Amino acid sequence: MPSVDVRKRNNVVVTGRAGGAVVMLAHGFGCDQNLWRLVVPALAEQFRVVLFDHVGAGRSDMSAWSEARYSTLDGYADDVLTICRELELGPVVFVGHSVSAMIGVIAAIREPDRFDKLVLLTPSPRYIDDVDYRGGFTRPDIDDLLDSLDSNYLGWSATMAPVIMGNPDRPELAAELTNSFCRTDPDVARVFARTTFLSDNRADLAAVTVPTLVLDCAPDALAPPQVGAFVQAQIPGSRRITLAASGHCPQLSAPDAVAEAIGSFVGGPT
Amino acid sequence: MTADPPPATSAVPADSVEDLYENAPCGYLSTRPDGTISKINATLLTWLGYTREDLVGRRRLTDLLTAGGKIYHETHLAPLLRLEGEVGGVALDLRAADGTRLPALLTSVVKTGPDGEPLVIRTTVFDARDRRAYEREILHARRDADADRERLRRLVADLQRSLLPPTLPALPGMRAAAYYHTASASEVGGDFYDVFPLADNRWGFLLGDVCGKGVAAAAVTSRARYTLRASAAYAGEPEAALRLLNTVLYQEHHDSSSRYCTVIVGMLAPAGDGFDATLASGGHPAALLLRADGTADYQPTPHGALVGLIPDAPFTTTTLHLSPGDTLLLYTDGLTDARIDTSRNRYGSEALRRFATNLAPTDADAAIAAITDLLDSFGDGLDDDAAVLALSVCDPPAATGS
Repeated sequence: MPSVDVRKRNNVVVTGRAGGAVVMLAHGFGCDQNLWRLVVPALAEQFRVVLFDHVGAGRSDMSAWSEARYSTLDGYADDVLTICRELELGPVVFVGHSVSAMIGVIAAIREPDRFDKLVLLTPSPRYIDDVDYRGGFTRPDIDDLLDSLDSNYLGWSATMAPVIMGNPDRPELAAELTNSFCRTDPDVARVFARTTFLSDNRADLAAVTVPTLVLDCAPDALAPPQVGAFVQAQIPGSRRITLAASGHCPQLSAPDAVAEAIGSFVGGPT
Repeated sequence: MTADPPPATSAVPADSVEDLYENAPCGYLSTRPDGTISKINATLLTWLGYTREDLVGRRRLTDLLTAGGKIYHETHLAPLLRLEGEVGGVALDLRAADGTRLPALLTSVVKTGPDGEPLVIRTTVFDARDRRAYEREILHARRDADADRERLRRLVADLQRSLLPPTLPALPGMRAAAYYHTASASEVGGDFYDVFPLADNRWGFLLGDVCGKGVAAAAVTSRARYTLRASAAYAGEPEAALRLLNTVLYQEHHDSSSRYCTVIVGMLAPAGDGFDATLASGGHPAALLLRADGTADYQPTPHGALVGLIPDAPFTTTTLHLSPGDTLLLYTDGLTDARIDTSRNRYGSEALRRFATNLAPTDADAAIAAITDLLDSFGDGLDDDAAVLALSVCDPPAATGS
């Protein structure tokens, strides 16, 4: 079987201290690996840091995207495992933001040996309310999100897409476009939005055997505190730290605190 | 004497900065880095139906968004703002006090302190009701167009498939393989081929190219293929079969620009260790014979006229013997007319002959696989449909000893 060039497919970037513990940073729905920009310098001093873009996001290989493959989080989890395998990373500390937290959970259940620890940053196993469960959203809310994506459809220039995607060596081309790293083909974004916000991974949590840290924020409109508490309660032996940072992206609003929390968890006992 | 307090409006001269801020034709909103609203202008308060006290210091910008907008804000806008310091022209719906939605376009800029930390986020809000309605129409039109394109693509693919045999028959002692490259997803091409049984253990084969594209060409393609199958069976030899096709196309399609085609039709009869092949061509590029000894040459079929163009067109016949390990290759000019560089040079028949020489000896399946790779290698240079058909004589079963 021909091996996939995952470095190209997922725009994998490896940086940081050679020989250090491997910390793999996985971005969520919306933007790309740039979201880690503010925490990478601190983490790179201690650790070998692996960054990548999910297929369909950032500078990933868009030709590798298919609706069938990326309509479930399993497709994304496959990619994470492939990156670990192809780059021979050894056991990694996987830091998954938002939906990538659940992608990490799925991957760590499937091949636990590839994971040393899991950091779930503002995770949510299910965004939609259910009986006895408050995810914070309703099904019509998610349809409303899909409308929001459509409303910003016109900001997407299909003619510029090949320029951005096809020239990873010439970032200035992308820089000419504003909002470039949160720019995704709207059709791809719709599929990722559905996959993200309609998934239900609550039942998976109990099967996690890897030491896990839940890192959430208050207030967070997407993953409210009761959801972080739920995740921690379901994953055996997991710990939870709630950061005094507002919003869904603490790696941007409180990068020092996030880097610190990851650093001490990686260095701490397994 | 005490003067009456001046009317509120005169405290703010009509052209002052404050008046411009409060009563600008757009909404102004300032938020702290944590999202809390710190300042808002009168225009936006009026649009939303809130008082200043309702919002300032009490609510966040995300509280004014719909649930979907909130997610969009958290996953797109907030990260962009933090990393790039500004974000422009984002379409979001604001939720007014009475629950109605205000379609708006938001542009935000971060003001940072000397240490680079964000101090305040300033946002302008434009009423986008009309624009959004118009954009929705564009979006619907685009969806309809996408759906139509998809329907057309499927229709063309189905029609194209119907013009070709779904599979080639298994010939005793021979292998047959074919490949069809479709140049356009929105237009049916006019290339065709077929392999079919005849009486007395003989086989017929044909490959042709109807002038033009689209539905009119497809109708001629279909007629040409079935007419030729029938006329080959009826006439029993290729030249007469071509003459019959010529008559039919000339009579039936004389008012159509796609009434004519080029075609090679051939018949195979078992002979000795292989097959005798009789070929007749109507204006079609000569077939290539890739021999077991590693040579490859064209098999000229000269003087054949385009089929269907003139009445009583002349056609000539050539015969050859196919021995075990020989492969006969028929193709349409989409292959040789492919552009191979930016100067618009064509691949050409000499390059194809060299390619075939390198390939020989081969068999039908390997030849088609190699030609498929060759066609793929042309990329955008391949701008016409291309059909290839290969027939090879199998090696005789090895004699068993003892």
